[in-house]
Amino acid sequence: MGDEILNGLPKLGTAAAGIAVFFGVLMLVFFVLGKVRGRFSGPVAGIAFLGPAILLLVAGLVVPAIQTIGKSTQNAAGTKFIGWENYAWVFGTDTNRQILTNTFMWLIIAPLFSTLFGLTLALLLDRMRRESIPKSLIFMPMAISFVGASIIWDLVYAYRDPAKPQVGLLSQVAIWLGIENPPNWLLLQPWNNFLLMVIMIWIQTGFAMVVLSAAIKAIPGDVVEAATLDGATGWRLFSRVTIPMIRGTLIVVITTIMIATLKIFDIVRVMTNGNFGTQIVANEMYAQSFVQFDYGRGSALAVVLFVAVIPLVIYNVRQLRKEQAIR
Amino acid sequence: MSVEAHQLIAIPQPDQPKPSIPVAVRKTLSSPWATGFVILLTVLWTIPTFGLLTTSLRPSEDANNSGWWTIFTNPSFTMNNYSEVLTGGDTIPGGILPYFFNSFAIAIPAALFPLALATMAAYALAWIPFKGATTIFFVVFALQVVPLQMALLPLLQMFNLGWSIGPITVVPDLDLSGTYIPLWVAHTMFALPLAVFLIHNFIAQLPRDLMEAARVDGAGHFTIFWRIVLPLSVPAIASFAIFQFLWVWNDLLVALTFAGGTPDVAPITAYLASIKGTYGAQLDLITAGAFIAIIVPLIVFFALQRFFVRGLLAGSVKG
Repeated sequence: MGDEILNGLPKLGTAAAGIAVFFGVLMLVFFVLGKVRGRFSGPVAGIAFLGPAILLLVAGLVVPAIQTIGKSTQNAAGTKFIGWENYAWVFGTDTNRQILTNTFMWLIIAPLFSTLFGLTLALLLDRMRRESIPKSLIFMPMAISFVGASIIWDLVYAYRDPAKPQVGLLSQVAIWLGIENPPNWLLLQPWNNFLLMVIMIWIQTGFAMVVLSAAIKAIPGDVVEAATLDGATGWRLFSRVTIPMIRGTLIVVITTIMIATLKIFDIVRVMTNGNFGTQIVANEMYAQSFVQFDYGRGSALAVVLFVAVIPLVIYNVRQLRKEQAIR
Repeated sequence: MSVEAHQLIAIPQPDQPKPSIPVAVRKTLSSPWATGFVILLTVLWTIPTFGLLTTSLRPSEDANNSGWWTIFTNPSFTMNNYSEVLTGGDTIPGGILPYFFNSFAIAIPAALFPLALATMAAYALAWIPFKGATTIFFVVFALQVVPLQMALLPLLQMFNLGWSIGPITVVPDLDLSGTYIPLWVAHTMFALPLAVFLIHNFIAQLPRDLMEAARVDGAGHFTIFWRIVLPLSVPAIASFAIFQFLWVWNDLLVALTFAGGTPDVAPITAYLASIKGTYGAQLDLITAGAFIAIIVPLIVFFALQRFFVRGLLAGSVKG
């Protein structure tokens, strides 16, 4: 064990050297340009401060995004213009229609349930005295990578011959409940899709809970008091006062989780690699680009993701603006 | 992309006392049912992770042939899985430790670089008056919309082959594959829109008097940035640094695309994803490997919860 740790140290050394070079260059530039005085000092500082970020953004996002749009109209190797053919493939084949349907189901179900659980928890916790322990534990999955979460849940869904002792919790619970032959859950179409969504819901509920909880705490005390004096209690208070007061935040939470859901590929890749009818657009994009090396189709799928995200983002930002205008 | 969430929690600010809900209201609303439901959900949410930890501590024979819940009736624990996964054994040659080090070697620079560049850019946009500052800020803000997937392929080709427009070579072929550099650069590029946006929100709110006083004293932009802005921005910078470190640590997409699968550079997530395919049936080993991968974020989470929540919410939909 000692040797392996020693073998790892040069890697950290490489990282330290990278950091040293990076900040060394920055310091040097700062030192030299800091000497500039007079009427050029403003523009020089502007370029020195802003230049590196702009350069990287242009080279790393703007140009590649434009190139991807270009590639999406080309053949697999990117040598020939083929117009809309890749898009026709995305929307025209049966396999891909299932991929699009799956992605759509993810987009609706994962955000809806995450928000529902998050909202319920936020409301109930608001009234509890010791809220920090449940809050921490439910928020904890957010710290875990999608890969880690997938392995955690793979254990829950694990399949063993029903005659033998079970290792998967879900199968064991099914047996306890009297189901004698629990299926191999991850092969069970179309339900396996929902089992994968459970992982996303498990992760995102904490996010919804924390944001909504903050919104509920921000409702002015006198509003609640006035409503209670008018005789509102329990469910009525919740549906007539609390929900309308946090409506904007609710929408922002849902759209935020939707945007995240649209783009994740890790869960599907690690759990089923898109087999057994569980493929989604983000993972198919990776498979087409880096497994099949069909850059045209991969790029077309990326563009589909991009276009699907835009209205969500616009709606999301608008809602936020409205919120701020009110406050 | 996560402007949204960030604005909900806003810039770091001093703790405010909770608005007091009248005791009567609190009483009518709380009930044993509510408490019971919360406890139930908390337990449900915790069980899967607990199962992973337990399985990783069981002897191979037990872990693969009986459920982890049987430890309550038949307790037996071992650290063997961890020593085998860490340094390698018959099943997993080489072990996970090289990838664990790679994750640190990728994530620490990939958190610091965008942070430095974004803080500089944010200062320029907020405090160096020039034409088009607002436009540039808006464009950077809007770039958060672009999913990572849109940039992966061309960026990979740029790293592997260089990039030229016609006969002009803009980026030469630097032969960077097999080094950390493509990963650092890619993560830095993808982090910048969010980082500039968040840090700008903070830096723009620093008191104007402070800057003007410094300028009257003859301080240039470099001095003001170094002596005034940086020290004051520590809370915002720390939140983002933690978020970005964890984002990179947990990332799989960028890792798979730019690192390949070699022990030289691939991070722990990429390795886990690959052994999940090969040794996924070896529950004792895969669970130990997964726990090693998630222990770092969990330590960060429990140690720095305040910063963590703030930073994580801020960037929850990045990429």
